[in-house]
Amino acid sequence: MARALLTGNSAAAWAARLAEVDYVPAFPITPQTEIVETLARWIHTGEIQARMVTMDSEHSMLAAAGAAAATGARVFTATSSQGLVYGFEMLYVLAGLRAPLVLVNVSRALSHPITLEPDHNDVLAARDTGFLQFHAESCQEVLDSILMAYRLAEHERVLLPAIVNLDGFYLSFTREAVEIPEPADVKSFLPGFEPAYPHLSGPAPLALGAAVLDPALYTFFKYQMHHATENALALYPEIAAEFAGRFGRRYGMIEEFMLDDADYVIVMTNSFASMGKAEVKRLRREGKKIGLARLRLIRPFPHREIQRVLRGRKGAAVIDQNISVGKGGILFSEIASALYGLPDRPPALLSFIGGLGGRRFRPEEFDGILARLEAPPESPEEIARPYLLFSDEECRDVGRYFSVASGEEKSHEA
Amino acid sequence: MSLPMMKEESKSRSVEAKREGPKLTVKDFKGRVDPDWCPGCGDFGLLAALKQALVELELQPHEVLTVSGIGCSSNLPGYVNAYGMHTLHGRAVAVATGAQLANHKLKVIVTGGDGDGYGIGGNHFLHTMRRNVDLTYLVMDNQIYGLTTGQISPTSIKGMKTKSTPFGSVENPINPIPLAIAAGATYVARGFTGQVKQLVELIKGGIRHRGFSLIDVFSPCVTYNNDNSHEFFKARVKKLEEMGHDPTNFHAAIDKAYLWGDAIPIGLFWKRTDLPSLDELEPVLAEGGPLAHRPLGVSPEAAKALIQVLM
Ligand SMILES: Cc1ncc(C[n+]2csc(CCOP(=O)(O)OP(=O)(O)O)c2C)c(N)n1
Ligand code: SF4
Repeated sequence: MARALLTGNSAAAWAARLAEVDYVPAFPITPQTEIVETLARWIHTGEIQARMVTMDSEHSMLAAAGAAAATGARVFTATSSQGLVYGFEMLYVLAGLRAPLVLVNVSRALSHPITLEPDHNDVLAARDTGFLQFHAESCQEVLDSILMAYRLAEHERVLLPAIVNLDGFYLSFTREAVEIPEPADVKSFLPGFEPAYPHLSGPAPLALGAAVLDPALYTFFKYQMHHATENALALYPEIAAEFAGRFGRRYGMIEEFMLDDADYVIVMTNSFASMGKAEVKRLRREGKKIGLARLRLIRPFPHREIQRVLRGRKGAAVIDQNISVGKGGILFSEIASALYGLPDRPPALLSFIGGLGGRRFRPEEFDGILARLEAPPESPEEIARPYLLFSDEECRDVGRYFSVASGEEKSHEA
Repeated sequence: MSLPMMKEESKSRSVEAKREGPKLTVKDFKGRVDPDWCPGCGDFGLLAALKQALVELELQPHEVLTVSGIGCSSNLPGYVNAYGMHTLHGRAVAVATGAQLANHKLKVIVTGGDGDGYGIGGNHFLHTMRRNVDLTYLVMDNQIYGLTTGQISPTSIKGMKTKSTPFGSVENPINPIPLAIAAGATYVARGFTGQVKQLVELIKGGIRHRGFSLIDVFSPCVTYNNDNSHEFFKARVKKLEEMGHDPTNFHAAIDKAYLWGDAIPIGLFWKRTDLPSLDELEPVLAEGGPLAHRPLGVSPEAAKALIQVLM
């Protein structure tokens, strides 16, 4: 086992290398590009045996990826943001073809307006497609989640593609110490892909993707995918336990941070959860009984785990780094539905929108969140409303941008 | 039965823009933000040529719309004082088609990179040419993906080593000139940002031309493409005017378009004026001026008459 300082992107490339992937269709997009460039370099130097094709778009990239997986190859690819939504049509197709590949998404907020900074509207748009989704907080977790994702995705009772998500810039370009497991250990955890069902390179020719044009058949196939995600939920603990046994790192579907005696829980995902943890620690020092639950597995949604972690608490605040325009936070809605009907659910479940377009949290905002949890709004309408984290100072900054846009001020004078 | 038409003054269409306002200078077309391109980037040359062409055509900023996709080159609309849209990677000509048909009095200029136009946007490129939409498409062709910091593009030469092809590209590049001629573009030219004077003329010709104009412009990326540098092109480009080329000769145009090596032709390869542009094929557009300037909606009389018919 080697330890190295790796960016989130190179940790993802390392995982693909250790998984001994066969095929990598690629198309560049910031902040993902380093992943496929790293793999290209290793292919060039002969350090890995994979084949890479540089495609003309993410749509064709995902099309090629799915077809390759359907031939029984182990496929890896990566994209971000606009690339993910440009290839969106293929996401449903790949899941429907039951092609178990791993797609890394490096989160970046969607156009328009155009930006490069992260939020999760890109990856969460894919939540209904049939892809499994793992969201990582650290570079180590990126590497480990990809290995676990292959195990789960390729399992004969699952056979669905998986997305592993990491935040652009905050993880993609940040170096952390990462343990790179021994190839032999990885091989025993994740042997080569041997599809259990007929595929495009099997002994008997077959056609994939046939039209069914029959509501009953369509329902059957679609619901089978849902069953497969239920299987994935059931298989996850086994796989995570095996991973922990072999590599010493244990990953729940939800990471529980200072939750033991917590009255109040903040729910977050991805790398910004690190900022949340720092504030939880500070509030703990100030004597507050607060903790943080970080959702790692987004699909299948860990319904029961959410219930286990949040029941009996006085309050929970979901910080969504996304916005479903016209509704509010996506994960808030999902968590609320998981808690519905639970007699000892937290009486206050609050929704906060923060971190859009990479906006950083401010320490005082966590004080505000806790205050709101301790004295939640009384009206039922008010309690479920999303609350936007945004400061007066930012309002003033926006005003300044407007004056640049209207020609009153020059941008480079700033 | 006939429905009462909405009253519309029928404006005759002139290809030349209406002259109004004072004669402008290049400074008047300068945008509010300065380009963030690398010093020495070819795109500066194209930006200068475009502004010069707009001045020489005596166009006013409000008569011009620039539309782009995503890429270094696609940042251009922000640097020009005119209407502008910065859209999505590969979508510029589709967006521009919508704007041109809704307001066919606008001079719609599309700008972007080779990746944007010939790669991810290749499908729109082909079909917009086939339809002969009245657009002027300026492709800053640097044979690389610049904004994503140096990967192979559809015009990268075979064997080129980039960050995505450290082994050297094994693919054949697209040659946009014969492609455009075959697909139905009616004005097809190639320019070089090192030959700004000629480029200004090519752009002016493209804007004046009614129909789809492609101007593929060698616009070297000084940061990520050391193969196709300014010096590389400077030593090789040869003006078609000086080669005795007749841009109405289809076969000669195709032949010249395939020349590559010690002499790479630049200039106007192909032009035909006998085909109508898409907006000219829409009788409804000829009737009452740009859609954007017509009262939208249905007049009460027309609505009543329609209800009568349906009852
Ligand atoms: C759907 C989508 N995929 C990928 C990207 C990432 N991307 C941005 S610009 C670009 C290519 C840039 O090359 P080119 O269009 O030739 O323009 P240049 O930067 O060289 O001017 C790519 C792949 C994107 N923005 N959107
Ligand atoms: S990277 Fe290349 S194309 Fe982009 S601004 Fe710099 S020189 Fe121009």
